Amino acid sequence: MTGHDANTELPERFGHAEGRANDRGSEKRRGRGRKGEQLQVPEAEFRSYYGRPIIKAPVWKNPDVPLYLFLGGLAATSAGLGALGGATDRPTLRRTGRFAAAGGAIGGTVFLIHDLHRPARFLHMLRVFKPTSPLSVGTWILSPFATFAAATAAAEVAEPVLRRRGATGLARLLRRAGNASGAASAVIGPALGTYTAVLFSNTAVPTWHEAHRHLPIVFAGSAAAAGGGMGLVGASVRDNVPAARLAVAGAAVELAAGEVMERQLGLLGDVYQKGRAHTLMRASKACLAAGAVGTVLGRKKRWSAALSGLALMAGSALTRFGVFDAGIASANDPAHIVVPQRERLEQRRSTMDQDVAPPDRTFA
Amino acid sequence: MTNLFDAFSGTAPSLSGPLPDPSTDAGWSGDHPKRVGFFTDTSVCIGCKACEVACKEWNLVPDDGTDASDLYRLTGMSYDNTGDLGASSWRHVAFIEDVRPHGTATPAHGGQVGGQQTGFLPDGLPAVHGGGNGHTPRDAATAPPDGGTVDLLALLPDGGAHGQQTPDDERDVRWLMSSDVCKHCTHAGCLDVCPTGALFRTEYGTVVVQDDICNGCGYCVPSCPYGVIDVRESDGGAHKCTLCYDRLGEGLEPACAKACPTNSIQFGDLDELQAAADARLAELHGRGVQEARLYGRDPDDGVGGDGAFFLLLDEPEVYGLPPDPIVTTRDLPEMWRNAALTAVGLGAAVVAAFWGGRK
Repeated sequence: MTGHDANTELPERFGHAEGRANDRGSEKRRGRGRKGEQLQVPEAEFRSYYGRPIIKAPVWKNPDVPLYLFLGGLAATSAGLGALGGATDRPTLRRTGRFAAAGGAIGGTVFLIHDLHRPARFLHMLRVFKPTSPLSVGTWILSPFATFAAATAAAEVAEPVLRRRGATGLARLLRRAGNASGAASAVIGPALGTYTAVLFSNTAVPTWHEAHRHLPIVFAGSAAAAGGGMGLVGASVRDNVPAARLAVAGAAVELAAGEVMERQLGLLGDVYQKGRAHTLMRASKACLAAGAVGTVLGRKKRWSAALSGLALMAGSALTRFGVFDAGIASANDPAHIVVPQRERLEQRRSTMDQDVAPPDRTFA
Repeated sequence: MTNLFDAFSGTAPSLSGPLPDPSTDAGWSGDHPKRVGFFTDTSVCIGCKACEVACKEWNLVPDDGTDASDLYRLTGMSYDNTGDLGASSWRHVAFIEDVRPHGTATPAHGGQVGGQQTGFLPDGLPAVHGGGNGHTPRDAATAPPDGGTVDLLALLPDGGAHGQQTPDDERDVRWLMSSDVCKHCTHAGCLDVCPTGALFRTEYGTVVVQDDICNGCGYCVPSCPYGVIDVRESDGGAHKCTLCYDRLGEGLEPACAKACPTNSIQFGDLDELQAAADARLAELHGRGVQEARLYGRDPDDGVGGDGAFFLLLDEPEVYGLPPDPIVTTRDLPEMWRNAALTAVGLGAAVVAAFWGGRK
């Protein structure tokens, strides 16, 4: 499918390695990375149909979908910063937040539509509302958010123009309307920033599905880091305190939750330890840490605040790309399906023998 | 879904667990036809692929276009050159050449022997040591080291001088064949996650894509625990087996079942098929075929049982099937709760960032 790349290649063991004539007992799980790379997980034995993937990897396009996740998160928290920045007399933060919310929402929508394999039918998304489909719920979150955020940004642009032309009454009306729609987008924002975690985890992709307790926190932290980072880039030193706080807190949460997620995934976390997902996540962590430290130390200088903000935004985006790649690699690895499901079956069997209620999710 | 908001409660039967009548659950009135399905008895499958052809012919399914770099589209792993189910392969005959050293095969072929799993990836043809001509023994599934074409003659013993030889005193060979198809799950992940309503539950209890609604968002693709549905590159839509919805309306059986020469693919009312499968399993076990097992038959499994289920002769993963699939939306209520709580936390964090006013 479109947008597939290195990670969609079939695992190396698809073509049997040489010298397997004596390896008759079982299929040994092999590391797939470069030669000499350390195996991160203990070897697990499993059988499969010629090593082929069992589930289908997402056909979502790269970079459309990870970029949408990033822009959605950026817009989600920027709307809040813009609304509260306006309410607390921080004009530069208000302006930055409003423009980032509108730009993120509109840009994200464009990427989402481009991701469709039949983009002309994007309005079909609005045919139904289905709570069982995170994409449907997300459409109904994104659509009003983007509408309110765009209206707010339009008011932000038009108000000074009207004032300059002497239409003060109209300008005042417009400001109030902008404040109201800005508040509406700020209220919807957090849902936009976290629903995407459900979008990913509500799939059969093992590394995503089994992280369904961690992904919302990782993505919320990522959204805070992105929105706060944008605030640091755009707001003056006088106005940027809330953005700095939000960005540092977001980066800390994202770093911690990401680390916990990778560890608690166990075998399924191996996709974060190799290949491009590993590189992306490492780069993300470096950017987030550098940005957070830079923010704490350099918030009061315009240039260092902006640089830190850029680093935080880059870290947030890299996380989205890393999680996306990890999911593709996980879907293409039959071990991720067979090994945990076998363990689950064995556990159920053994607990059934002891006449205890079967646990169905106590693996990984 | 009888009630949209039940979906959030976590107790709604429509997300997981046994469900005797998915059509009524989906909103069909009580007088709809009985649920139909497939019982694929792989113990009598001969791997002829008539089902694949009949399906393509009847449903006008185009060329599957896999790996266009290879003119003949050979997978190089077995007699299976379809590879897997997909947007343009609605039936797929898996072919496993199970080769093992003589004596290690047991009545429960592929089961536990001496506490150790005897299973291994079958090696394809022929795992015979070459006749001392120096080339490394290699099977057909091994890609040539330089990435070129496979020299099939070189794979034969004695460099192709005698054609294929199978020294039966050294190896036991068993062929497993199974015609795979969409499972038409009781709780279908693809159907649950479809944001446009293109996927729907028919009055027969099957799951069908409406091509004129599908906008190619691709969400169904990673949501299928079996890896069945896929997006077709040529038209951008998601496609899969319809269980010949058009034929059902005319009282005809699906094309694959009609074409199957050994009655390996059986079509009928699901309850009757389940009874037939139970009887067949008992018969095989009675004849000592202990490795026979039903797959997708159990209404208590992670997808609430399959509308298309199988009799297999080895572990499901050997056929490329997940051993214990669970519909992803079973955990959706918990996911929504987690995301909602996190959203509240994120909103609180934004407000808290403004705490204390201006410094």
